[in-house]
Amino acid sequence: MDESERRVVNGLQGGFPLCRRPFAAAARTLGMQEKELMGRMGKLLSEGTLTRFGPMYDAERLGGAFTLCAMSVPPADFERVAQLVNAHPEVAHNYERAHRYNMWFVLAAAQRGRLAEVITAIEAETGYPVLDLPRQEEYFVELKLSA
Amino acid sequence: MNALDEKIVRATQAGLPLVAEPYAEIAKEVGVSQEELLSRLKAMLADGRIRRIGAVPNHYALGYTANAMSVWDVADAEVDRLGAAVGALPFVSHCYRRPRRLPDWPYNLFAMVHGRDRADTGRHIEAIRRVLGDAVKGSDALYSVRILKKTGLRL
Repeated sequence: MDESERRVVNGLQGGFPLCRRPFAAAARTLGMQEKELMGRMGKLLSEGTLTRFGPMYDAERLGGAFTLCAMSVPPADFERVAQLVNAHPEVAHNYERAHRYNMWFVLAAAQRGRLAEVITAIEAETGYPVLDLPRQEEYFVELKLSA
Repeated sequence: MNALDEKIVRATQAGLPLVAEPYAEIAKEVGVSQEELLSRLKAMLADGRIRRIGAVPNHYALGYTANAMSVWDVADAEVDRLGAAVGALPFVSHCYRRPRRLPDWPYNLFAMVHGRDRADTGRHIEAIRRVLGDAVKGSDALYSVRILKKTGLRL
C-alpha cells in the first residue's frame, strides 16, 4: 500500500460527506483530486483491502432482531454441527474460536420470537445447548484501524 | 421505519457507486430528488440508524491477523461507565454489554480487539484490564480460528 492509499484507508472510515460531489469534498480533505480518490477506492475495494464502502447501518435500529449465540461442541462433532447451524438462513455469521465455547454465531430475524424458535431448532438438531447472549447495551466505538 | 427509508436502505446497503455524484444515482434508483435523499440519510445518521458513512477495511489485509473477543465479568454498577471507556480505546472495534448465563458464562462485557499478532493483542487486552481496574472479577480472551459462515446482515 502506498502513502496515498494509506491516507484513503485511514481518512475515510467515517465522515464521508453528504453533498452533491462527496468524492470531490473528501478528496480536498485528503489532499488529492476527485478522480484520483475514486480510482484509489476502486482499486482498494477490488483487491479486498476495503470490504465495503457506503452507509453502515445499525441493523437492530432498523427494526430487526439479533442475538449472539455460543455453543461448546466436541472437536470430533464440530463439522457436523457447523453444517447444521449454517444451514439456517437466520445465521448471519459464524466463527470458530479457540475456547471451550468454540462456536459463535449471530442470528438475525425480523421478529424476536423467531430467534427463540431457531435456537430451539438448533438445540434439537445438534443435541447441544445454545447460550443466547443478546446485546443489552452498545458502547460507542469509533472505527480507527490504521493502515 | 417508513417505506422510503426502507427503499434507501435496500439501495445502499451493498455500498455507494464510485461515481462523482453517487447520491444522484441512488436518488434516481429510489425515485426521489437528490435533496430528499440527502435529508433522509442525514436523519438516519442523526438518529443512529446509520452508524457512519465510509469505508470498511479488511482487518486481515491491513495486517490485523490476531483478533480476539475479550470478555469481562464487570460489577453491574460500573459496567456502563467502564464500557464507554473501553469502547474509546483505539484498538477496540466493538464493545457490548450482554447478559451473564450463570454458572456457564459469567462475563457481561464484550470487547473485540484487533492486533498484528498475539503479543500485540495481548498488550491491548492488558490495557483494557487497567481501564477496568478493581471492577473486574474475571476475564477471558477468545481468539478467532476461522470464519465458518459470513453472509452479512441484509434487510
